[in-house]
Amino acid sequence: MKLPDQEEKITPDTFLRGLWEENPVFVMLLGMCPVLAVTNSAINALAMGLATTFVLLCSSSLVSLFRKLIPKQVRIATYIVIIATFVTIVDYSIQAISLDLYNALGAFIQLIVVNCMILGRAEAYASKQRLGATIVNGLGMGVGFTIALLCLGSVREILGAGSLFGFPLFAENFQPWVVMILPPGGFFVLGGWLLLFNGYRQYRERKLMEQQGASARGS
Amino acid sequence: MNQTSASQTQALVAATSSFAMLRTLSLVAGLSGLLVVLAYQITLPLIEENKRIAIERALFKVIPGAVSRRDFIVTAQGIVPADDSSGDGKLIYAGYDEQGRLSGVALEAAAQGYQDVIRLLYSFDPACQCIRGIQVLKMAETPGIGDKIAKDPQFQENFVELDARLNTDASGLANDILMVKHGTRSEPWQIDAISGATISSRAVARMLNDSAQQIVPKIMADLDRLQDAGRGAE
Ligand SMILES: Cc1cc2nc3c(=O)[nH]c(=O)nc-3n(C[C@H](O)[C@H](O)[C@H](O)COP(=O)(O)O)c2cc1C
Repeated sequence: MKLPDQEEKITPDTFLRGLWEENPVFVMLLGMCPVLAVTNSAINALAMGLATTFVLLCSSSLVSLFRKLIPKQVRIATYIVIIATFVTIVDYSIQAISLDLYNALGAFIQLIVVNCMILGRAEAYASKQRLGATIVNGLGMGVGFTIALLCLGSVREILGAGSLFGFPLFAENFQPWVVMILPPGGFFVLGGWLLLFNGYRQYRERKLMEQQGASARGS
Repeated sequence: MNQTSASQTQALVAATSSFAMLRTLSLVAGLSGLLVVLAYQITLPLIEENKRIAIERALFKVIPGAVSRRDFIVTAQGIVPADDSSGDGKLIYAGYDEQGRLSGVALEAAAQGYQDVIRLLYSFDPACQCIRGIQVLKMAETPGIGDKIAKDPQFQENFVELDARLNTDASGLANDILMVKHGTRSEPWQIDAISGATISSRAVARMLNDSAQQIVPKIMADLDRLQDAGRGAE
């Protein structure tokens, strides 16, 4: 993982890094608590992903704006206060949007405060980078996190409840695999995705090496 | 950053004045306070409205045929309208049909479930002296196991006409509402459990029994007042 010390220019990579190379869930394994806990249905996963993205974007932006004003000694306290503020705002907003959703997500909205992906972005990126780059990078990370949660949530809902976003997919007599929406199912499906994701990465790297080897021999 | 030598780091630490730290923390805390209070004020009416809608929706679902409602409080002296009483007691909602006839009384009940307290709304129909429906308001039962109490159609059938008749001296129910193992229901006051979710099913039976034992005698005693309120309203 690279931690740019100089101010970074905004490139497509600034955004795409969060989706693939530094995906917070599949590569960095950050924020596992919500990843495992609220992905028992696709809609919960989506809501959690969006809420986390919102908090990440707002808090990173503020940290980036204030970065020259925040002394190192009080930075953690400052980041936590900023993050907690936006989590509280999200908490109220979700209650205003839908109480059903709020009840389904339970305590995990408040727990966004301690999502280490957000604190990690503040510390490793926003505190050193300009506002523009921070927003683009945060958006990439947020989208990457949301996609990963959706990957887990939809597989778990399909297998464990026989539906997707609440719409039944199978005939009446389908016997859902209930363990998949229970906590152990979270670990099974996460393990499955990690295997797939890392298997594919390795395959690509090997391909790349072979190509380089071939071209080196050819020249 | 890692290359910063020890002396440089020390110089940096010394250069940060206490004032700068206080200034940043105060600024951030002030800003945070402002934003949180603002968000709270903006969302408060929306959240209250959502809560009201949720109760209302559950209410009209749980009382078959109801189109309007009036709130009452069950006090030690009897049932009084909620708006002109200061006494505290159990809140009950009377539902009326289009002609203003009492179609049922709904109230909340709660008991410890598998994970946490289950809260639900149920309706009592004085005409048949039976429970006509339940709506889960809040629960944390295991998805796929205990949460079936809210959706399982077979389980819901228990509450189409669950017997809650008064006993002869009108002090409680003639028969305790009881949970029985799945597929063994034989009496109209029994609740057929969901197989695999006995604990959640038993919680529902227990809370209905506890609540109905207390409230049904009071409702039946003051039935006239509840019925008259509907005629006066329309
Ligand atoms: C992870 C886990 C979660 C469970 N959640 C519930 C639940 O929410 N509600 C419930 O009644 N039983 C739940 N159970 C099952 C109960 O422990 C118990 O086995 C069941 O209620 C007994 O039902 P039966 O008599 O029909 O076999 C759960 C079991 C496990 C292992």
